Amino acid sequence: MPIKVLVAKPGLDGHDRGAKIVARALRDAGMEVVYTGLHQTPEMIVNAAIQEDVDVVGVSILSGAHMTIFPKIMTMLSEREVDDIAVVGGGVIQEDDIPKLKAIGVREIFNAEASTQDLIDGIERIVAETGRDRTRRASTGSAQGAPAR
Amino acid sequence: MQTTEKTIADELREWEQRTLLPFTERRPESREVFRTQGGAALERVYTPAHVEDVDFTRDIGFPGQFPYTRGPYPTMYRAQPWTMRQIAGFGTADDTNERFRFLIAQGQTGISTDFDMPTLMGYDSDDERSEGEVGREGVAIDSVDDMLDLYAGIDLEKISVSMTINPSAWILLAMYLVTAEERGFDRKKLSGTIQNDIIKEYIAQKEWVYPPRPAMRLVRDSITYSAEHLPRYNPVNVSGYHAREAGSTAIQEVAFTLAAGIAYVEEVVKAGIDVDDFAPRLSFFFVSQIDFLEEVAKFRAARRVWGRVMKDRFGAKKPESMRLRFHCQTAGVSCTAREPLNNIARTAIEALAAVCGGAQSLHTNGYDEALSIPSEPAMKIALRTQQILADEVGVIGTIDPLGGSYAIERLTTDIEKGCFDYFAEVDKRGGTIKCIEDNFFQMELADAAYDLHRRKEAGERHIVTVTKYRDESANPHVELHHVDEAASGRQLARLRKTKETRDAAAVQAALDEIVRVAKTDENIMPATIAAVKARATGGEIIKALRPVFGTYVETPVF
Repeated sequence: MPIKVLVAKPGLDGHDRGAKIVARALRDAGMEVVYTGLHQTPEMIVNAAIQEDVDVVGVSILSGAHMTIFPKIMTMLSEREVDDIAVVGGGVIQEDDIPKLKAIGVREIFNAEASTQDLIDGIERIVAETGRDRTRRASTGSAQGAPAR
Repeated sequence: MQTTEKTIADELREWEQRTLLPFTERRPESREVFRTQGGAALERVYTPAHVEDVDFTRDIGFPGQFPYTRGPYPTMYRAQPWTMRQIAGFGTADDTNERFRFLIAQGQTGISTDFDMPTLMGYDSDDERSEGEVGREGVAIDSVDDMLDLYAGIDLEKISVSMTINPSAWILLAMYLVTAEERGFDRKKLSGTIQNDIIKEYIAQKEWVYPPRPAMRLVRDSITYSAEHLPRYNPVNVSGYHAREAGSTAIQEVAFTLAAGIAYVEEVVKAGIDVDDFAPRLSFFFVSQIDFLEEVAKFRAARRVWGRVMKDRFGAKKPESMRLRFHCQTAGVSCTAREPLNNIARTAIEALAAVCGGAQSLHTNGYDEALSIPSEPAMKIALRTQQILADEVGVIGTIDPLGGSYAIERLTTDIEKGCFDYFAEVDKRGGTIKCIEDNFFQMELADAAYDLHRRKEAGERHIVTVTKYRDESANPHVELHHVDEAASGRQLARLRKTKETRDAAAVQAALDEIVRVAKTDENIMPATIAAVKARATGGEIIKALRPVFGTYVETPVF
């Protein structure tokens, strides 16, 4: 089974250029990608991740609200007992905050300089490390999922 | 342009054979094709043979005269330089007011206001969707009490004030008018601009509340109200900045923006207003990107295309209806987080393109643009960059200084053609609003953004210090704007105070009246002004109208 990724856009801002390019690049690399669309709450993102049974949630934040949003997502994933879903992030995230995010379980932050290949390699590495069993997932056969609502 | 085109074309071929070919055999060029950022292949050298189809009188002409390619006014910067308008907004109204006063003291000639995400999206600061975002990316404005403090001590009859707000723009316009009234200013003397361009929100910036059709009615009402009451105010600022920042090409930036402009004109004309009664107050907003030549051509093309659209498509008679005026901002997306002081050079070149392209007002980005909202020192250098351009460089002395360059004229005409091709496609697909509903613009933009990204990754376009000349040891620390974590608490206290001291029954009656008007075809502005005066908040007005107008839900495409 291909790696399945939820590309998620929390917050109220509309900076979705990076998220959309990432979604398309991961799809071109053979991954199964679901894009949530904009303005998602942490709860909507966690629900979508569970419903779509993804291996990785990639959260794109450029609004400066990352220290509010990531902890909420991590707590909810843990409460719902799906903390085998890896969470990665990207966007405008200041260097000082990266260790704090990693401390609460965010696996990787890909900043604006990360190349498409860095991203693909990083996600493949993280999925290999988590050792999540992807064979149990029934193929949906759809690379472009519906909005998560 | 020339009567000797055959000869020149022959001469060009001869030059290629005799001079170029032997030379490139010894020293080949560094790449096969050089492309603009928008993807257009550049000729090695442009000659009169490349602009045979460009007619001076028809296509270039004189500034302040149709088709306005060279500028909207006959004197341009020789009369006065562009308005230097640095945007500001963070924390509470008091915090931002302090920044405004600092910028004015440094010689800034206009004000531009950035609102926080909750204000932009129509949520009050105490809404649960606002948590973590109050006062962070801009200033928090919940009620007219906030706006009174935001512009305190600023002479609104003298300084032009711009507000970057969209789905809730009509409410902020109402707040501005109540602010002016309560401070005793004459409405007829208010000059300024409200962005109020909802179409580009669905395409690019993605700040929305209601679906496109009711949202268009709100834009229409603010334009018609403004045409009647605010002779010096620009009630809409049709914007291409956001599409380009989201990865569009230069052609798409102009084409999508002017397609939006066409839709607004159609909407207002449909309401029975004569095109010449409001078109002179329509204003525009473009980015100035790093591809200098393409950008200068883009600004010229935008003016020419709009002039022709207004004359030929809408039958405008007044010259003021046909001349496109625009605000410009340098490209945030061109700034890098690595070695951020290099952004001063990028911004200066982009600002020069805006000036050579004839912008009416300009915001130059701070060197810290890729890292945070701008610090005071970053804004000061950005403003000084504009002052250097106006007072030292010498480009203000002659109008449209690059007009007549074979390269610039070719690029201008190609962008113009690209725009009219898009308009034909949009018309064929049922118009601008239908194209938004069908995700046409959104997909075109996503394709262009992905294409540009791939061209960057393939090494066709480099970014210094990121994809080339990367120096891991040198990433100098710069002092950034400090996010004041206490600002959101202060804003919540302000909002509580407004809610506690107002007449709750009067607020409810005013909200009921807006809902009643919304269900008719009456202009919504007077009822909104009354509600704002009664201290209804933006979030309350937005919420009251959701059952009438509905809520927009995007179908995400990538």
